[in-house]
Amino acid sequence: MDATLSGAQTVKGLAAAKPTGRISDPLFVGLLWASGIFVLLLLGLIIAMLFEGGLPALREFGISFLWSTTWNPVTERFGAGVMVFGTLFSAVIAVIVALPLSFGIAFFLTEIAPGPLRRPIGVAIQLLAAIPSIIYGMWGFFIVVPLIAAYVQPPLIEWLGPIPLIGALFQGPPLGAGMLTAGLILALMILPFITAMFVEVLESVPPMIKESAYGVGATTYEVYRNVSVPYGRSAMVGAVMLGLGRALGETMAVTFVIGNATRMSASLFAPGATIASTIANEFPEASIGSLKLQALLQLGFILFVISFIVLALSRMLVRSKLKG
Amino acid sequence: MNFAPETSIDIASAVNRATAPSTEAKLKVEKLNFYYGDNHALKNINFDIPEKRVTAMIGPSGCGKSTLLRIFNRMYQLYPGQRAEGSILFDGINLLGKELDSTIVRSRIGMVFQKPTPFPMSIYDNIAFGVRLHESLSKAQMDERVEWCLRKAAIWEETKDRLHTSALGMSGGQQQRLCIARTIAVRPEVILLDEPTSALDPISTSKIEDLIDELKQEFTIVIVTHNMQQAARCADITSFFYLGELIEVGPSAEIFTNPREARTRDYITGRFG
Repeated sequence: MDATLSGAQTVKGLAAAKPTGRISDPLFVGLLWASGIFVLLLLGLIIAMLFEGGLPALREFGISFLWSTTWNPVTERFGAGVMVFGTLFSAVIAVIVALPLSFGIAFFLTEIAPGPLRRPIGVAIQLLAAIPSIIYGMWGFFIVVPLIAAYVQPPLIEWLGPIPLIGALFQGPPLGAGMLTAGLILALMILPFITAMFVEVLESVPPMIKESAYGVGATTYEVYRNVSVPYGRSAMVGAVMLGLGRALGETMAVTFVIGNATRMSASLFAPGATIASTIANEFPEASIGSLKLQALLQLGFILFVISFIVLALSRMLVRSKLKG
Repeated sequence: MNFAPETSIDIASAVNRATAPSTEAKLKVEKLNFYYGDNHALKNINFDIPEKRVTAMIGPSGCGKSTLLRIFNRMYQLYPGQRAEGSILFDGINLLGKELDSTIVRSRIGMVFQKPTPFPMSIYDNIAFGVRLHESLSKAQMDERVEWCLRKAAIWEETKDRLHTSALGMSGGQQQRLCIARTIAVRPEVILLDEPTSALDPISTSKIEDLIDELKQEFTIVIVTHNMQQAARCADITSFFYLGELIEVGPSAEIFTNPREARTRDYITGRFG
């Protein structure tokens, strides 16, 4: 009854009927467009501001600013070499340390851990990610630095220092603060992210494929090595790159423990500087319009570019996996 | 679904087959009970699986037939909370005994799954993977083994020119035959097939069924299937499961023409399930 009645009305009043969302819906769609465009605009403006602000420094020192290892505020000679090196070096140490741990934790969580243990470990990892950077910095400065200076560096310098080639990594006084310490703290900070993504990748391996591998008589390790990891390989590389990206830009914790020396050294124990730590340290002392401020802005732009490249690579790898 | 008319057509072929059960029991299931946590999934199962015959397990979803299959190669042990009681004698040795290593059991009792499960590696390595776990063969021996099992799985002609390309690029039917080849490569004695054709088109299905017929010359085959015509076509022995119990087992011709139990008859004539 009702259906026929309303049906008749609809046909009659089709042209005259006013849709309820005539004004509000275009408004809503417009807001959505605005939100999307806002992100692009913001990003573009930040890049432009950094580049424009740093341009005088680049003009002054030329393209060699990128690799010049001089950083002398007194004579106003600036170069990014030491910081770029320090940024990459500490981030690579972090990834090398975090990677095996992440593998272990992720596989333990997905395959081995009994149900009741899974949650606490998963939550603990999330909490690690939630610790603010500054806390890691203080902890690193007051606890880790003295420990490394007292127990790790002296024996390593004594035993490994004299060996040719790799000995170069273990030179200098046992100060505690330095590249190695910064790398270790960074490793702890990126560990949760890499682990979480590894867990996701491993969980996405179809159980039937794993069972097939068990089905031909493979052991847990053989299934992991030959099936689970190859299955998610590119996504895992993407996860590592994402971790690397985070390590590159990390500021406060690194500033606390890296020693902040603008000297180039191949040693793991030598104090150094990253782009982020240099900016954090020297920004307060750079007056507006000074060459130093321009050099710092240029440093920021370089960091931006490095992070962008790493992030783009990781996105590409993660996506290629999801498609395949 | 109504299986009755088609089933009756296939009965002729089932009757014509040599249906006398072999006296040799390859697997002897005795007083088997299985639990998923508190859920009693299999109840006091007793039956024999004859050597070099095809034994089909049929029944509605959730009746326990796949569960039983997964007990044969101890796949259930990968999951905590699943446990089996009773015994399954494999050539007189209890498969459920703790002293037996799972990887050894699984190399003797191979399994093929509902969906093709190629490993993310080349066709050659898919097969070599399992073999390498148990034997150390020279390159020439391995080549020979790969060819042997690909021929057995009737897929050699299609793959011989692309052995070192990814197995993920094959069609579903080819992948499933590759999975059978991979299972054979380890030279098991028993092959478990868990609805091996449920994800395949009719042509691929008939190829796999021909293959099953071929393979029973050398292997003992246990197949779980939802397709009763498939059971009638392929199996020498058919067992019917319902709600975790083994209702009836016998030569396929008998089960499909003259079942003893009313529930079996209702199921195969499509009255439930």
